[in-house]
Parts: sequence; structure tokens; C-alpha cells
Amino acid sequence: MNFPKIWPQPDIAAMSKSYPAIMGPSIVRRSATIALCVLALSPLVLAWQMFGISWAQLVHGTVQLGQFVVLMFPPTPSRFFWLFLYALGETVAIAFLGTVGAAVLAVPFSLLAARNVMPFTLVRVVVKRSFDTIRSVDTLIWALIWIGVVGLGPFAGVLAIMTSDFGAFGKLFTETLETADTKPVEGIASTGGGALASLRFALLPQIMPVIVGQILYFFESNTRSATIIGVVGAGGIGLHLYEEIRTLEWQIVCFIVIMILITVAIIDQISTRLRRAFIGI
Amino acid sequence: MTDSSKPRTSQLLPDGQLAPLLASYARSLRKSRLRFLGFLATMIALTLLAAWVAEISPVLFFTKLGGFTSYFGRLAHLDNGTLVWTDPVAWFWGWKRWLRLLGETILIGYTGTFIGALLAVVMSFSGATNLNKNSVTRFIVKRFFEFCRTVPDLVFALVFVVAYGVGPLPGILAIIIHTIGALGKQFTELVENIDMGPVEGLEATGAGRVAIARFGALPQVLPGYLSYTLLRFEINVRSATIMGFVGAGGIGDELMLSIRRFYYADISAILVIIIVTVYFIDILTSRLRYRLQGAPSS
Repeated sequence: MNFPKIWPQPDIAAMSKSYPAIMGPSIVRRSATIALCVLALSPLVLAWQMFGISWAQLVHGTVQLGQFVVLMFPPTPSRFFWLFLYALGETVAIAFLGTVGAAVLAVPFSLLAARNVMPFTLVRVVVKRSFDTIRSVDTLIWALIWIGVVGLGPFAGVLAIMTSDFGAFGKLFTETLETADTKPVEGIASTGGGALASLRFALLPQIMPVIVGQILYFFESNTRSATIIGVVGAGGIGLHLYEEIRTLEWQIVCFIVIMILITVAIIDQISTRLRRAFIGI
Repeated sequence: MTDSSKPRTSQLLPDGQLAPLLASYARSLRKSRLRFLGFLATMIALTLLAAWVAEISPVLFFTKLGGFTSYFGRLAHLDNGTLVWTDPVAWFWGWKRWLRLLGETILIGYTGTFIGALLAVVMSFSGATNLNKNSVTRFIVKRFFEFCRTVPDLVFALVFVVAYGVGPLPGILAIIIHTIGALGKQFTELVENIDMGPVEGLEATGAGRVAIARFGALPQVLPGYLSYTLLRFEINVRSATIMGFVGAGGIGDELMLSIRRFYYADISAILVIIIVTVYFIDILTSRLRYRLQGAPSS
């Protein structure tokens, strides 16, 4: 570093003598950092070895990917524009039904799991663990399972989104209920209100804005997951996207991806506006 | 809920003063009830419309729902008709192979999270309004993040499988891309909320952009970065379980095969393995996150 000549040059040696901790961390700390880095990096080396990844594969694949990207332009729907639009509509419908269904189901169950509503620990633990179990399974796996039950089609998609969101909503709603302010509950109790009255007039008004915000947020993210459940045959645009990628119709692939991006952006806008209207932030 | 036997202690207002108050209360109540009814009607109409588009009728719903319990009943039985948990050896007959695939899945999730998070860290500083004054590069970085997180990772995986060939590599790359998008946005928001004091101090000493990011911003955002990355790791392991559906490595391939071929006991065994793993990673990462100071709650 160049300091202007008018200033005295800093005496680094003297400074590191008086402030050893600032000028250079101890060897113990430094080696701990290095050890941590090695530990964090070792799975990467393992992955490289175990998966047999080679530089040739990486370079070859990237070149090919570049060619695909070039082939994507100009994007065109070919003659399937209305088909794709309908499939996108189906995707949004799947996301909507899944989100609404999951929310309607999750509200009563989250009451069963919340500490300040449900007095029995056993019930609470069972319900909470069920939420966790359902959440650990990805939406697409649920889609495959539901296809086994109700057959191919959008119905399986709706049920898949409903199931995986039920777990997520259940957890979120429970947390919201448990962190609710206790003062209104005490207020209701002091006027002689029962459990039902305190639920309706003390807890519900507190959690409603949060719940509505979460539902809107999930609707947006579900639109994204609903675009891919078609890959396994559970309805929506995903099936077309899968077909076009497999037949290497890159221009159509690009067009579908752009359609998805626009749809998600629109839903995002709508849900942000509604959230602002409901919560006021 | 008044108790008439108790003496009334509070004083009510005279009727003349009370009437207008009651009337205005009734008015506001009617208004909020009307608004709620309107909301309910809109929701019902939208639900019916969506059900019509997705070709779902209530009749279909109830006729198909019976299949649910019988399907899960079959999941709980071995081929010879005994319940799965009575014979864990036969249930988990393929445990060696499944555990290897599970390790592969976790490794895909880890590698994708690690590299994706590193790239997101580097890019988050150029995406933040307070550190990067160049609005053109900022715009590009932010749009890139948006693109990466809006296109689902499975779509990236589908394309990468065609380009790089079947195997874990496209899965890792897809997760890297998605992680850059998701973490990039959260990291940028963290950087935009830092205390600018240290940054200004460094600027005054004539430090360059890298030094400012390293010594002015990074110490402030590191706990938040780690916390978000841990959260993302859990999400990424979960999405690595489905990468196999499109040939991008991990346990998903095996799961899809057993679902398609109706090997019910295998389906439930693999599901149990996945659930237990994700569950443990969830516990582990949330423990670690609570230890970090200023951990974001969600």
C-alpha cells in the first residue's frame, strides 16, 4: 500500500508486537480455520472421485450446452401455442387448488399441534411429527405415489401439492400460533370467555394476517413446483416441457420456459399486491 | 357469557348516548361481514373454476379417495402378505445398495450447496445496492439470480442430462444453479442491510473493492450467510432425492423404478430411508443454526 510521503510510514513490526491478536491471529486459530476448510472441501473431492467426473466430460458437456443455448433462439411455440397456454392454465389451477386445499386442512391440525391450544403433549407430538414426516418427502415423490392411487392426470398433481404443503403449512401455522401474544387470550378469559371464544376472538385475529401471507407466498412457489410435476405425468405444462427436451426441440423449450417465467412473474405480482393489502406491509 | 345471578357493578351509559354507538358498531360489523362473504364467494368461484380447468369433480374425488387407504395398506405389506415391520431383514433387503445411493444423494446435495453458496457469496456483493454503484452490473446480477431461482431445478437437470449425460453431474450442476439463485437473493438482501460504518472506514483508508467486501461487509453478514446456507442444504438434499427421476443421480432413480413396477415394500423402505435422513439433516442444521448468532427464523 502506498502512503503519501507527508505521513510517517506505519511501523508494522512494532504494531504487531503491541497488538498480536489484531495484526496476526494465533497459529491455533489459523490451523483450526485451515482444518475446517479441508473438512468442508473433502466431500467435494470424494464426489469427484466417486462419481467419476472428468474434465473431458465437463468441457464436452459445457460445449454441448452452449450449442443448445444457441439453438434456443429465436424461441417459437411452433403450432402448439394454445395447447401450451391451456397446459399453463392447468398448472396454475393445480397450484391454486393444492394451496387452498392444504391451507384448509392444515388450520385445524395446526390447532392440535400448538402448545397454547392443545393441552395434551402426546397429541401435539404425534401431529408435529406427522407434519415433519410429510414435509420430508418431496412434492414429486408425492405426485408419483398419488398417481399410483388416482391414476395419471392433474388430480394426482393437486393431491401431491396438497399433501406436501399440508406438512409445510402445518409447521408454519403451529409456529405462528405458539408465538401469538398471550395478552388478548388473558383479556378474553378475564371477561369470562371460554376456550372457543378465546380461539375466535384472541388467537384467530392475530394469526390470520400471517396465515394469509404464507398462503399467498406458497401459491407463488407452488406455481413453480406445479410446472415440473407434469414430468412424472401429474398434469400441467411439465409434460410438454419434458417431451420437447427429450426430442431436442430447443426453440420450443425456450418458448415454454419463457411462458413459465412470465406466468410466475404475474402470480408473484398478484400475490405481493394481495399480501400488502392484507397485512399492510 | 354474562352471569345474571351476579350483581351488576359496571355502569352502563344512558340509552340516548348508547344508541348511536351501538348503531355504528352494527354498521361496521355488517360491513366487515359483507366483505368476508365477498371474499368467500370469490374463493369458492375461483376454486370451482380451477377444478373445472384441472378436470376434477367432487364425484371423482370421493370415488378415488378409497384407493388411498388401500394403496398405503399395500405399502405396509411384503410380497408374502406379512406386515413389513415384522420382518425388517426382508423389508430392507437392498439396504447396502440403498445406503450407497443415499450417500450419493447427500453428496449431490452437499456439493451443489457448497459450490452454489460460494458463487452466490461472490456475486451477492456485486448485486447489493450499497456496495456496487454500477447499476448495469447490479441489474444483470439480480436478473440472473431471478432466472436461476424461477426455473425449477428439475428443468435444469433435464437439460443438463441431455448435455452432460446421465449421472450425478447434471444433478449437481442443476442444484448449483438453483442455489445461486435462491441464496444470491437472500445474501444480497443481507448485504443491503449492513451497517455502512466499517465500509466507510475501509474506503477512507483507500481499500479496494475486494478488501471492502472481505473486511467491511463479510464479517457482518457471515452468520446470516451460514444460516441460510444450512437451510438451503436441507432443501437441496430433499431435491437431490428426486434428481434420479430424470436420470440425474441419487436414490430417486431406484424409487421411481419401484413405484413404476409396483414393488410396494421397496417403495416404503426407500421412503423410510429418505424420511429418516431428511429428518436428521433437518434437526442437525436447525441445531447449528440456533448456535449462530442472529439466525433468521425461517
